[in-house]
Amino acid sequence: MHFQLTPAEFEALRISLSVALRSVLCSLPFAIAIAWLLTRRRFPGRLLLDTLVHLPMVLPPVMIGFVLLLLLGVNGTVGGWLYRHFGLRLAFSTNGAALATAVMAFPLMVRAIRLALDNVDAGLEEAARTLGAGAWDCFASITVPLMAPGILAGAVTAFAASLGEFGAVITFAGNIPGVTRTLPLALYSALQTPDGEAAALRIAVLALLLGAAGLLASEWLARALRRRMGR
Amino acid sequence: MLQVALQCRRGDFTLDVAFEAPTPGVTALFGKSGAGKSSVAQLLAGLWRADAGRIELDGQLLFEAAQGLCVPTQQRRVGYVFQDLRLFPHLNVEHNLRYGLKRTPDRSSAIGWQHTVELLDLGALLRRRTAQLSGGERQRVALARALLSQPRLLLLDEPLSAIDTQKRNELLPYFERLRDELSLPIILITHQFEDLLRLANRVVLLEAGRVLAQGALPELSLRPEMRSILGPEASGAVIEGIVERIDTASGLATVRIGSSRLLLPATGLSHGQRVRLQLLARDLIIATSRPQGLSVRNQLSGVISSVADDGEHNVLVGIDAEGVTLQARITASAARQLHLRPGLPVWVLVKAVSLQGHRFS
Repeated sequence: MHFQLTPAEFEALRISLSVALRSVLCSLPFAIAIAWLLTRRRFPGRLLLDTLVHLPMVLPPVMIGFVLLLLLGVNGTVGGWLYRHFGLRLAFSTNGAALATAVMAFPLMVRAIRLALDNVDAGLEEAARTLGAGAWDCFASITVPLMAPGILAGAVTAFAASLGEFGAVITFAGNIPGVTRTLPLALYSALQTPDGEAAALRIAVLALLLGAAGLLASEWLARALRRRMGR
Repeated sequence: MLQVALQCRRGDFTLDVAFEAPTPGVTALFGKSGAGKSSVAQLLAGLWRADAGRIELDGQLLFEAAQGLCVPTQQRRVGYVFQDLRLFPHLNVEHNLRYGLKRTPDRSSAIGWQHTVELLDLGALLRRRTAQLSGGERQRVALARALLSQPRLLLLDEPLSAIDTQKRNELLPYFERLRDELSLPIILITHQFEDLLRLANRVVLLEAGRVLAQGALPELSLRPEMRSILGPEASGAVIEGIVERIDTASGLATVRIGSSRLLLPATGLSHGQRVRLQLLARDLIIATSRPQGLSVRNQLSGVISSVADDGEHNVLVGIDAEGVTLQARITASAARQLHLRPGLPVWVLVKAVSLQGHRFS
């Protein structure tokens, strides 16, 4: 068996990486904000927010895709408004695929960042404030650097989960070659094709290598960060 | 001057304090743990908000509950050396020190970089990570960081508690230099009496969230409130004097106190210094006539001013000895046998070796 990828498979790899990257970059600021709210603030509706954020972990991905379609589809309440006013169409687009993976991976990201934030001594933030740092200054100069390993871990986990997301993507964004056909969707399509086993195997090996490389890279980065922080 | 009057509740704990702290000078908040000392520091720094009261620092209001005024922490310019130091682990020593300096509103820094680094001997540590520092070094870095933020008030929360005796003796001179060089009020939180002896110009006694008494240490040392905090074994009159003579042959220093003189070990003392010492009540001996043939080096003549019960079998005798008030703790049976009563002339004896003079300027 030779391991030459077809152009369509390259395309699926490119789309997978692109979707996962967009998903992580767009959700990271929200994940940090929500993790901070849930860890450091007491407010009414905190439990509700916590539950809402974690729902994608316990619901079937297809259902998440369906809910997104209802809300953000061209005929949906929010989606219709976006389309009429900005000509923005999320359903069945690469950005839509990114959004679907972002929603699915969001709880993982929030959890990792929360864990890191719990380990940041609030006393250090108090010290920064006595030294003249305002709330944002303190957050940027003390809190974020101290939880950087956790943010990284959250981002890597979310990236890996985004690469693998299937149900929500296929429901909300479809399985369009060159637009939303990511590696898992390409794998599924290959299996649906007669004599597609060789292609399916190539895609599976590719996904495996990608996952392993991601894990190694994150471990290396985390070590470098910890060294930099003198721990 | 710092003027403080604050009331607040948090769960079961109620705090109701009012005190003043001079500028410059060291005002010690003294009390057992749980007395509310650290809470007062947090309120002064604005990390916690009182229900009622006011804080005024050198003419500027930092907090006034009635007006709803509460200057945020970052604008109060309070240098706070926390008990657990709180050095930033992701920054090296130099960046820790510069953190506050960079954020001062006016660039004309009264407390200069060079001066502070030299004062606290930090030159060799600047490139180090905070995790590589010893306890005493961490302490000095925390202190320098607070100073470089150009504070108008310095809060030192148990700055010497986590440090062994030898390190304490290395660090105390730094604090003494600070007290003598800076023109700002310093609030020193401590439960160590030695810190009071060496550093405090003024003492505020706290217990269960209330101020029991406040004033100068020599006067407070005779108060029952101070005895209740220190316990009978550790209490006694604090007196101030000047080193008149150092006799290297005998290793003794002569300290003039009022019109009388005391001999004590000369260790660490030099001629002309102001010193403070504590005469532990349990170490004093009372004689009704001038004793002969004793090894005791110090004999002061005086008149009994009070005799009070002190626990089951003991009495506390107050003595005016040539302008200095002392307290002696003796057994009730000895007091009965000698017929001790106010107005009786007596001799007070104390061994030189039981005394320790602390430099105090």
